[in-house]
Amino acid sequence: MSINNLSAFEIAEKVRQGELKAVQVAEAALAQIKAVDGQPGSLNPAPLSAEEEGKVHAFIQLTEDLALTQAERIDKLVQEGTDPGALAGVPIAIKDIFCVKGTTTTAASKILANFKPPYTATPVQKLIEAGGLVMGKVNLDEFTFGSSNESSAFQPATNNPWQPEYVPGGSSGGSAASVASEEVALSLGTDTGGSIRQPAAFCGVVGLKPTYGRVSRLGLIAFASSLDCPGPLSRNVRDSALMLGVIAGHDPKDSTSSVHPVGDYLKALEQDVRGLRIGLSPDYEALYYPDLESGELQRQSIQKEVQEAVYRSAEVLAKAGAEIIENVPLPNTRYGIPTYFVISRVEAASNLHRFDGVKYGYRTPQDVADLSELYRRSRAEGFGQEPKLRILMGMYVSAAEYASDYYQKALKVRAMIRDDFDQVFAPQGQYRLDALLTPTTATTAFKRKAVYGNSVLMQYSDQMTVATNHAGIPGLTLPGGLDEAGLPIGIQLIANDFREDLILRIGHTFEHLTQDEPWRKIKPQVLRAEVK
Amino acid sequence: MKDYEIVIGLETHIQLNTETKIFCSCKADSWGAEPNTNICPVCSGLPGVLPVLNAETVRKGATLAAAMYAEVNPLSRFDRKNYFYPDLPKGYQITQFDEPIGKGGYLDLRMSDGTTRRVRIHKLHLEEDAGKTKIEHGTRLVDFNRCGVPLVEMVTEPDLRSGEEAAQYLIQLRQLLRWIGVSEADMERGHLRCDANVSIRERGSQVLNPKTEIKNVNSIDAVRQAIGEEAKRQIELVESGGKVRSYTLDWDADTGKLSMMRSKETEADYRYFREPDLLPVCLSETEIQEIYAGLPELPMARRDRFEKDYQLSPYDAEILTSERSLSDYYETAVQAYTGEAKSVANWMMNDLSRLLNDLGKTADQLVLKPEQLARIMRMVDEGVINAATGKNLLKKVEESGRSPEAIVEQEGLGLIADSDALRSQIESILNGNPNEVASFRAGKESLMGWFVGQVMRSTGGKADPKRTRELLQELLTKE
Repeated sequence: MSINNLSAFEIAEKVRQGELKAVQVAEAALAQIKAVDGQPGSLNPAPLSAEEEGKVHAFIQLTEDLALTQAERIDKLVQEGTDPGALAGVPIAIKDIFCVKGTTTTAASKILANFKPPYTATPVQKLIEAGGLVMGKVNLDEFTFGSSNESSAFQPATNNPWQPEYVPGGSSGGSAASVASEEVALSLGTDTGGSIRQPAAFCGVVGLKPTYGRVSRLGLIAFASSLDCPGPLSRNVRDSALMLGVIAGHDPKDSTSSVHPVGDYLKALEQDVRGLRIGLSPDYEALYYPDLESGELQRQSIQKEVQEAVYRSAEVLAKAGAEIIENVPLPNTRYGIPTYFVISRVEAASNLHRFDGVKYGYRTPQDVADLSELYRRSRAEGFGQEPKLRILMGMYVSAAEYASDYYQKALKVRAMIRDDFDQVFAPQGQYRLDALLTPTTATTAFKRKAVYGNSVLMQYSDQMTVATNHAGIPGLTLPGGLDEAGLPIGIQLIANDFREDLILRIGHTFEHLTQDEPWRKIKPQVLRAEVK
Repeated sequence: MKDYEIVIGLETHIQLNTETKIFCSCKADSWGAEPNTNICPVCSGLPGVLPVLNAETVRKGATLAAAMYAEVNPLSRFDRKNYFYPDLPKGYQITQFDEPIGKGGYLDLRMSDGTTRRVRIHKLHLEEDAGKTKIEHGTRLVDFNRCGVPLVEMVTEPDLRSGEEAAQYLIQLRQLLRWIGVSEADMERGHLRCDANVSIRERGSQVLNPKTEIKNVNSIDAVRQAIGEEAKRQIELVESGGKVRSYTLDWDADTGKLSMMRSKETEADYRYFREPDLLPVCLSETEIQEIYAGLPELPMARRDRFEKDYQLSPYDAEILTSERSLSDYYETAVQAYTGEAKSVANWMMNDLSRLLNDLGKTADQLVLKPEQLARIMRMVDEGVINAATGKNLLKKVEESGRSPEAIVEQEGLGLIADSDALRSQIESILNGNPNEVASFRAGKESLMGWFVGQVMRSTGGKADPKRTRELLQELLTKE
């Protein structure tokens, strides 16, 4: 048995019972990172050897001292007979968009490469207080703006542990890859349009976007404040349930965090799916996108194997006693991406205003004639291409002249998307669903450089996930099989506000029912190579 | 020259006197603090931190709205106003754009000719202040202490017609702010800041011509002067065939000169949108009722009532309601005194206000309580002490904290009303001045005042003046 492939739940249990030392766990995790991760992301990367090309490159920064100090503290508590917490000794990777006191917090951008926050993000703080070991900061798309990790200013970008020539997805690509390659048991990611679920699906792990406001955003460097949700990535559903229970809850320092009581998510897993009404929607069987010339909406079916995995999963759940409701209409889901293009860019452009070279972060080293040149140069040199595109777009669609055509209209469509979900979850409605079952992504992982550079196409990889961000409701992705190329397929479960318990319970049941299926035995390539 | 009318609107920024800033727990007031010592990650715009609304700012903002006869909105929202400036660390200001805390409202100005001018309020909303920046020895310095200080921005309709009216507006606004306790309204400390929008038109016309905005008119005198100067400039310009253009002007109080800052003809686009980090501000029906119920009688109403109930002159009523605690003091003293309310006004307008000035105190800070003032006045009325002693007593009570009665007793300040003692005192004066007695008796009755003075001098001012006159009359006319 290797420590590294234990689940978070198992590690914490063993550490709390004294069967395993937290320091041992930390050392095993560090050894695994050393074995599979390769050189960390950097602003000035060395050329990669052939061997390095095949590594995961999830980490930007290791926080070895932080992890070992915490591990020693945990072991001491156990020795004293004090409960060290629900995540005692569990190695965790933090997406480098969360502030952690004393570490640099880069957002994978040159403009923040030297930024050391004087505070720790609330969800990170909660993980530490529950006994978790912060192993380091993992890579992401710059400022979380992307779906492949390739836009990070810290190169090499993360690879997909299943097949390193594929992207891990994004923006929480480092998170998903670090969990999939057994470097850590858990990772804290963020999801604004699908940034937890899409990489989790691409890397064959579990990822949960909680209800908006369920987890505090304090200390999360904002992308789109009305959509951002911190959440867990893990190798099984139970670990996500465990981690959500730790990080969820009201934070007096985040006005938008909810006071709704936090559920007992682990206990919810004890129930099966009998009697639950689970919907399938034709609106999640194709991508819809406007033709660039005519503006007409085009339809393209999703990857066949992904669609089949969804149907197969529905059958598994039906056999276990769930009621599958077909043809559930969610007609406005198809407008999710254009709407997101507008709303998220407007908020992003504003949130990025503060990076101006005046107070912290990157400032141009060149002589400048005046203040506006200082702004222009610092921002031009500090931001990568993706933030620049988003700033331009955000400024355009919120300008006084255009706001009513774009931003105000997008807010209306957002309300319509929410209304679709309200209809199907309404307890007195026609559908009375407990959950929806959909694909997480339209395709499995794509190759590096295949999409990067086409900002619009890249955005469409969030089509299946973004509607839940607009609506603020929770979505869970979990592995549902492998495609012909041997790449993971993600299936998604969606529920109403604060019903994370339901989707975790359904996901956990599905995992249990499919545990002996052959695809479950196949490991990511980086782990297979390691075994040799 | 044509007959011109000046059209003025004022934009004021009012610093609320809350304990802490609007979105963090830094102290709201940084007066005298070293630059950047009263800041935290929230107000200095570090990434990742979030604003948390200080409920006290909402209460005070709503109180001001209620006192301005504005509608207090049960639901208001915050928005982002986006622009770049080094004193704005987030790159946007959190403010209220289209759903502010207050809607409508007005302030009635009592003009010196007795007429009233109603100044309507166009905008009343909550927002955060920005920091300060200056250039020193070629280096730009930034101070974030003021970032996040709670402000109410209040903009009037173009309802003012002269620099004097604008000055009156500020005076009455300042009085109101202090009266309802929402701001210290100290203009020197920037608690009440003002920009003025000025345009001119031919009298009788209803059009609004292009206006200029004068920034930094931060004293009553500055408002009066700057508007006067600008109106004169515009009239001269138009008279000489020129056209007024939309400019932002800066008022330099030291030189009394206006200078052009920038053209306003292309308005900046602030790309306002809802602040997603804050929830809507909800005030329940009960909370709004409590705000109205908590409002004191407002200065104008009290001034009218004082004129009516106490038969005060408009001038006296204005002075006595210039400040809330002074007017409270007056009413308490009137009630305790039970005599002529006008007398209390006289005592307060003269002797008490001198005492307040000397000590730099407000009425509520006095050791001398209004009931004590009333008792001193009654002692004078009853001849226990004379008026001069009474007036001196004010200061003595204030300084010693002892009761007026005890001071009179211990210091022997009571009048010599005892006829025998006074009679023998007067007799010895008459005996000592036979020539004056003879002159008086020969018909020079004007010497009466001189005799009274002699008696007063010999008794150290303690002789009851009324009784003294009676006795002198009696003894001098007696053969």
